[in-house]
Amino acid sequence: MVEFNFATVLTPEIAIAVLSLILLAIGLLIPAGARKGMMPLTVFSLLGVLGYTLYDFFYGQEAAFLGGMYMHDQFAVYFKVLFLAAALLVVLSSGGYVQKLPKHRGEFYALLLAATLGMMLMAGAGELITIYVGLELMTISFYILVAYLADDARSSEAGIKYLVLGATSSAILLYGISLIYGLTGSTQLVEVAGRLGGELTPASLLATVFLLAGLGFKISLVPFHLWGPDIYEGAPTPVTAFLAIASKAAAFAVLIRVYLLTMNSQAFSATGQTLLLVLAAITMIVGNLIAIPQTNLKRLLAYSSIAQAGYLMVGIIAESTAGIKGVLFYAMIYVFANMGAFAVATLIDEKQGSSEIKDLAGLWRRSPLATVVMTASLLSLAGIPPLAGFVGKFYLFSAAMDQGYVAIAYIGFVMSMISVYYYLSVVKVMFLAEGEGLPDVPVHGAIKFTMVFTMLITIAIGLYPTPLAQMAIAAAQSLF
Amino acid sequence: MFKEMHDLFQWAWLIPALPFLSFLIIAFITKRSKRLSSTVSILAILTSLSLAIAIGLGVIQAGKEIVEHPAIVNVNWLNIVGLQIDFGTIVDPLSAMMLFVVTLVASMVQIYSLGYMHGDEGFSRYYAYQSLFASSMLGMVLATNLLQLFIFWELVGLCSYLLIGFWFFKVSAREAAKKAFMTTRVGDFGLLLGMLFLYTKFGTLDFAALSAALNTNFQDVLVIGTAGYVTVMAFLVFLGPIGKSGQFPLHVWLPDAMEGPTPVSALIHAATMVVAGVYLVARMYFLFDFASPAALQFIAGLGAFTAIFAASIAIAQDDIKRILAYSTLSQLGYMMFALGVGSYSGSMFHLMTHAFFKALMFLGAGSVIYALHHKQDIWDMGGLWKKMPITGTTFFIGVLAISGMPPFAGFWSKDEILANALHNGHPIIYGVGLFTAFLTAFYMSRLFFVVFMGPEKPENHPHESPWSMTIPLMILAFFSVFGGFVALPEHNFAWYIHYGEFHHEAIAWGLAGISVLAGLLGIGLAYITYVKKLISAESVAGQFSGVYKLLKNKYYVDELYLWIIKNIMDGMAKVLYWFDIYIVDGIVNGLALVTRGSGKVLRRTNTGQLQTYAMVFFFAVVVIFMAFAIGESQLAAINPLATLGGAK
Repeated sequence: MVEFNFATVLTPEIAIAVLSLILLAIGLLIPAGARKGMMPLTVFSLLGVLGYTLYDFFYGQEAAFLGGMYMHDQFAVYFKVLFLAAALLVVLSSGGYVQKLPKHRGEFYALLLAATLGMMLMAGAGELITIYVGLELMTISFYILVAYLADDARSSEAGIKYLVLGATSSAILLYGISLIYGLTGSTQLVEVAGRLGGELTPASLLATVFLLAGLGFKISLVPFHLWGPDIYEGAPTPVTAFLAIASKAAAFAVLIRVYLLTMNSQAFSATGQTLLLVLAAITMIVGNLIAIPQTNLKRLLAYSSIAQAGYLMVGIIAESTAGIKGVLFYAMIYVFANMGAFAVATLIDEKQGSSEIKDLAGLWRRSPLATVVMTASLLSLAGIPPLAGFVGKFYLFSAAMDQGYVAIAYIGFVMSMISVYYYLSVVKVMFLAEGEGLPDVPVHGAIKFTMVFTMLITIAIGLYPTPLAQMAIAAAQSLF
Repeated sequence: MFKEMHDLFQWAWLIPALPFLSFLIIAFITKRSKRLSSTVSILAILTSLSLAIAIGLGVIQAGKEIVEHPAIVNVNWLNIVGLQIDFGTIVDPLSAMMLFVVTLVASMVQIYSLGYMHGDEGFSRYYAYQSLFASSMLGMVLATNLLQLFIFWELVGLCSYLLIGFWFFKVSAREAAKKAFMTTRVGDFGLLLGMLFLYTKFGTLDFAALSAALNTNFQDVLVIGTAGYVTVMAFLVFLGPIGKSGQFPLHVWLPDAMEGPTPVSALIHAATMVVAGVYLVARMYFLFDFASPAALQFIAGLGAFTAIFAASIAIAQDDIKRILAYSTLSQLGYMMFALGVGSYSGSMFHLMTHAFFKALMFLGAGSVIYALHHKQDIWDMGGLWKKMPITGTTFFIGVLAISGMPPFAGFWSKDEILANALHNGHPIIYGVGLFTAFLTAFYMSRLFFVVFMGPEKPENHPHESPWSMTIPLMILAFFSVFGGFVALPEHNFAWYIHYGEFHHEAIAWGLAGISVLAGLLGIGLAYITYVKKLISAESVAGQFSGVYKLLKNKYYVDELYLWIIKNIMDGMAKVLYWFDIYIVDGIVNGLALVTRGSGKVLRRTNTGQLQTYAMVFFFAVVVIFMAFAIGESQLAAINPLATLGGAK
């Protein structure tokens, strides 16, 4: 095993943990008037950690320690980059929102970072208990964040719902883990795979289904998706963004690692494959179809994110470097496209106190920048060239076709086409509907930066996808 | 030493990048200030010109090395399994020559436009388009693969559209812009098909790789699909040049394109964009060479036909710009048939010299139009030489050059093409070329004598144009006089730019003499008719009134197209319209209805009830487990429910 130093390998995790504690302390100790500096502090610290993590991606060493309990490979670091970028953008776009919070502003950032730390642990975990710990750290932080607007009934309702359903799914996941431990005497993914290998017993089958359900809940795989829209709608908009983007990506990181190491063994037979294909197809179909009649922007984005989870499943099922590369690539561009849309949603929510689609009417006249950003983001999500979403979908579906999964790719194509309808109906409202009586929506400061930056990245990656694609390939290859 | 040259050639991308930067600067920053916009644009193109000259000198110095091994730099743009697309630059004598010609003419035109476009409302917009055009054209010249070339090819088409319709408040300008765009699209569609065909057969669109695939894997190609396929590809690719370079029958857009400002006509519709088709055929000559001889014969035949066809129309036109436009078509035909008869060097040589003297004459015509306040009918002009000595003299140089008079530039290139046509066994094409040379000399002299000599018209009060316009004329005149001398040294133009084995050919003075004679005959005939008036043009026209009418109306090609569109296309359109409204829309609307309906039904699944959600969750786990268990054949015997109790 290569010599390595805990400190260097774990620097990002340690830094985020410390930062989170510092913010918590500041929130408690410093008088309310002096807390304005918390956002810049968070932003610049995150920027520093993000820079280090990027450096780590290109020049860091691969390492696995504590007997494979925690992995430091390019796959994990790629996801850390993704979480940190998402956290950074969410913090940047939440400035105005947090200012309006009645209390506990400091804890908001601390909890956001705690959730980020949980995600980073999930990406690096090579062992089931570590996965569980990371997942719970993330989820419990989210329970609080979702219910953050304590005076708002919808937010509280969403918090309760998420708590109950999240606990249910955690229980199922934990049950699955304990079954696996009982069967194999280990929780190390590599050892589990070795000991399960070849033989499929009813108990191991049950464990597999439980694991799938537990993780499927987090990525909102149909039929475990029902919580999504209600919680997305009720939660504070920046939290919704983080939930939709980063928590989903973290669960995908775990799912990929677990799937490739264990489910992918001979034990996971053709039936399992078929089952996953069916689930992916249903997820794409249900997500896209229910999105059509939605009237609330956040609910629409929730269903759209369910559909996107279906696309990502296609890449996992392809089970090739190309497929995983597609998933990684798509997860990254998904951050920017969604962040753009959510930043606009946050802005509208902040200025008009609503996230109904009809309240976007005439936004073109009221805020051209927000309209352009929203349009670019939605078109990217719909997969229209030359935006990044097109390249991402192309990678995913072509990887599936290469492995012979033609039917699922066609379902993906058709569903993408359907998605254009509801994305464009939002665009139509912004451009064509009369927005008389609605206020002007000026865009200033950090949120403006978030909007312009995400849009530029979405366009740039669409025009020149090679650098990101190469990063995704490197990360995917570290798994095989 | 060659290493250093390569370092230089690596910077070729700057040549298109600078004008593009200038386009962005004008569009986003300086558009309010006319002076700043034009300064930025002209500075950018002049820097590109200096770079192009540096690269040209580098190529001359590198000599044999660069002739055999072009300097290619590729950057990967898109790479996925089964599709790799590069963007890059190729520097070889051919592209270096094109870079020089394009940047030179573009610089001259942009400087000239300072005077010509002075006071125009859209002055900044004009320079933005000019910069965008220069950038696209130069990017096309440097393309290393067909897709990259195609992207820039379409971009120059876009710029051409924008500049033809520059005065969009004139209905005729709008119509001409649309016509140009749509007519060239017909050819581009063929080119696109050709590209797809090439890609599916060879898996690459890179010029070097395609050439290698065709030449080294000769046998493989035969196995994949016999040379017949290659011929089809060649024909499809050639459709692009037919549209872009105005070959018959897609030539109709070019004369109408004269609706644009005259400097635009000089740059885009005479010297640069319209030769893009010729350049494409030259770039992909390996394809045409490899295809069955029919492909090259077709090119030769079509080119020769276009040459004589357009020249004959030019005789009977009265609009100064239209005469020049038909002359351009005719000369493009010349370049095309030169490629067809195997005179690769000759064609490129003529491309270069033609760019010099045709740009010169267009700018000269612009100078006249400017002086006469936008009169374009040659019969409204006369005796302008005395009033506009610089314009008149430089125009006369242009006329001599295009008529092939020694030692002007056109003499050398025309002579090389005609000599090659005869040597390579195409006597008929040689005859057509020679006769076209006679016609060219005739109609160009006719234009010159009527406009610049003849009696002055009292209602005109012409003045020589400002320096910004006359200096470009003088510079272009310089190249029209001396540009042909590159044929003379031992390492001459043909040594640098040739295809296949190089054979040094001495200038065939006998043949050259015959061409000169043909030119002199044309000039003489025009002199007798329009200056001495020994022959009355009216009575000749009256005697052959049928022919005259045919020529005057450009063989009624436009009318024929109109008839086809009215009677056949519209009829088909009506049938398809019905089909579209009732069948296609019916299906589409039906599908949409089903989709929306199912969305509304599925929506009910989200009740908002926490209990329901939890129940569905557990129920789903059980269903998935059952499905999984039943699906597993080795477990088929076990009752899956038993396992829930922990039984093994």
